[in-house]
Amino acid sequence: MSILIDKNTKVICQGFTGSQGTLHSEQALKYGTALVGGVTPGKGGSEHLGLPVFDTVADAVAKTGATASVIYVPAAFCKDSILEAADAGIELIVCITEGIPALDMLAVKAALDAQPGVRLVGPNCPGVITPGQCKIGIMPGEIHLPGKVGIVSRSGTLTYEAVKQTTDRGFGQSTCVGIGGDPIPGSSFIDILSLFEQDPATEAIVMVGEIGGSAEEEAAEFIKAKVSKPVVGYIAGVTAPPGKRMGHAGAIIAGGKGTAKEKFAALKAAGVRTVESLADIGDALAEVTGWK
Amino acid sequence: MNLHEYQAKGLFRDYGIPVSTGFAVDTAEEAVEAAKKIGGERWVAKVQVHAGGRGKAGGVKLCDSLDEVRAFAENWIGKNVVTFQTDENGQPVSKIFVESLTDIDRELYLGAVLDRSSRRVVFMASTEGGVEIEKVAEETPEKILRAVINPYVGAQPYQGRQLAFALGLKGEQVKQFTNVFMALSKLFHECDCSLLEINPLVVTKEGNIHCLDAKLGLDGNALYRHPKLKAMHDPSQEDEREAEAAQFNLNYVALDGSIGCMVNGAGLAMGTMDLVKHRGGSPANFLDVGGGATKEAVAEAFKIILSDSNVKAVLINIFGGIVSCATIAEGIIGAVEEVGVNVPVVVRFEGNNAENGRKRLAESGLDITAAKSLTDAADKAVAAAGGKA
Repeated sequence: MSILIDKNTKVICQGFTGSQGTLHSEQALKYGTALVGGVTPGKGGSEHLGLPVFDTVADAVAKTGATASVIYVPAAFCKDSILEAADAGIELIVCITEGIPALDMLAVKAALDAQPGVRLVGPNCPGVITPGQCKIGIMPGEIHLPGKVGIVSRSGTLTYEAVKQTTDRGFGQSTCVGIGGDPIPGSSFIDILSLFEQDPATEAIVMVGEIGGSAEEEAAEFIKAKVSKPVVGYIAGVTAPPGKRMGHAGAIIAGGKGTAKEKFAALKAAGVRTVESLADIGDALAEVTGWK
Repeated sequence: MNLHEYQAKGLFRDYGIPVSTGFAVDTAEEAVEAAKKIGGERWVAKVQVHAGGRGKAGGVKLCDSLDEVRAFAENWIGKNVVTFQTDENGQPVSKIFVESLTDIDRELYLGAVLDRSSRRVVFMASTEGGVEIEKVAEETPEKILRAVINPYVGAQPYQGRQLAFALGLKGEQVKQFTNVFMALSKLFHECDCSLLEINPLVVTKEGNIHCLDAKLGLDGNALYRHPKLKAMHDPSQEDEREAEAAQFNLNYVALDGSIGCMVNGAGLAMGTMDLVKHRGGSPANFLDVGGGATKEAVAEAFKIILSDSNVKAVLINIFGGIVSCATIAEGIIGAVEEVGVNVPVVVRFEGNNAENGRKRLAESGLDITAAKSLTDAADKAVAAAGGKA
């Protein structure tokens, strides 16, 4: 078991024939992802990487039966692409692209909220991977190991650190989800935590947050009330100065709110095992689970 | 991206939002000309910088004569203003905004933000205008009134009326306030704002609603569709190194420590800074070289990091994803040779081809130490920078 995706998930790629779409589709195919085609308007009927190209997502869904889509189109066109995927009946939309205007995401979220059954992960994220089965996104496949830890994170490279530490200890991962570094993400920590809680293959959870907003504090409340599995938490940005955007659009301490200190405190109060050093995630997992 | 008050007020004027007659000027002569053009006998002159707290710093003056306007402009143009929101060097003043004087009866607050948790644009209003709104929110949260904008239908006049009545406005003022509220919501959405603040929004002695100050922050990700707004960018208001880094698509934020950090990925860059601190050192900067970490990007990153004279050692932390650490090692070696790095460099490679990357560094003959692990890297960098702080 896993969450969101497995070896049977049929995936299409929007922005398939572009440089990013091509590079990461090749990697996904190599990993064994059931990538069944792609969409590039105007190139329908042609073939790319040995797979069919469609003009519209609706066509791609009708011909391939895909239920998941990964988006690599430029930021200016992502609102359109996400809504097209949702309208075509795609259940899981993973948007990798960084730099989407916040008001576009606000409109997208409002539209998707009215379409139950559609889940968006990202934007500005590495994607989703169920090790050994399906890789949707830009993460390096080879650092992963099929296993029992669910990982959810706002940052790409910090996810890789957590993955590496769980792989090195042989724990492995059930599914890893990058929810992205934007102020308005498609899926929240809570969305993913609740899936991990229900997933029998996930025995422990690693949650990686960062400064900005209050998603970690909201997640802490949820963990306290609804999560029975052990959770290890790390927050990046203890040393981040207020008022400065730290790379990610959403990583900013604004009006004194959204500090790492507040987030650590909220997680601790919710019974999460927090680590101050990101190098300690693996050790902390071993400690809370008793795994050797 | 932040706008200056005079730029924000220009937009307000375009949207029919009431602001004073005013002109932004570059010289004392122009300031006097502006005051003459505005007419009357009293004016307000304000320094134009991207920072709050100008009034307390002497950067806002009520002028009773043209001589005072001239003196204010002469005093400030070309100087830096230091407020509680700036660093100790302050922000450079290149423009003065001269406005007609407004007689104030009441000071209110009106602002809007993109609220992340509700995923809505939210307007906030308060009777406590002219003071720090964060303080009001902290100490007397009940004094902050809210209106949440529905993303399907946009702001509605009833929301403006509700706020207006709750603020104690009467008669024509309610109508005026509602118009301002509706126009601001339109502006917020059409210009892709991330923050909008009028503090204070005043009721004049004549009983009219009027915007005395204006603060606008724009969503940097949306500037591609607003060329006119993008052209309002004033790089003089930004940290020189941060602006320089941005030109090379590097995310750099200056801090005051001694260990320069170069990392791929924003989250890991923050995590690396935190780790340096955790191991007893102090980070000199945040720097995300991006996923590619090409030789050009690494060379530029070195130049920016080393332009900070506090830097005693550089810690490079790369988690090779799609990009091979061996390729990045070549970039680092090339950049070190090109830039002439004169402080110890500690490199931690993990992920794609990390072993080969470390080997390449070891064979280069340069003063680059390859670390065994994340913690080892931080410890080595702290030691190289002269030990624990």
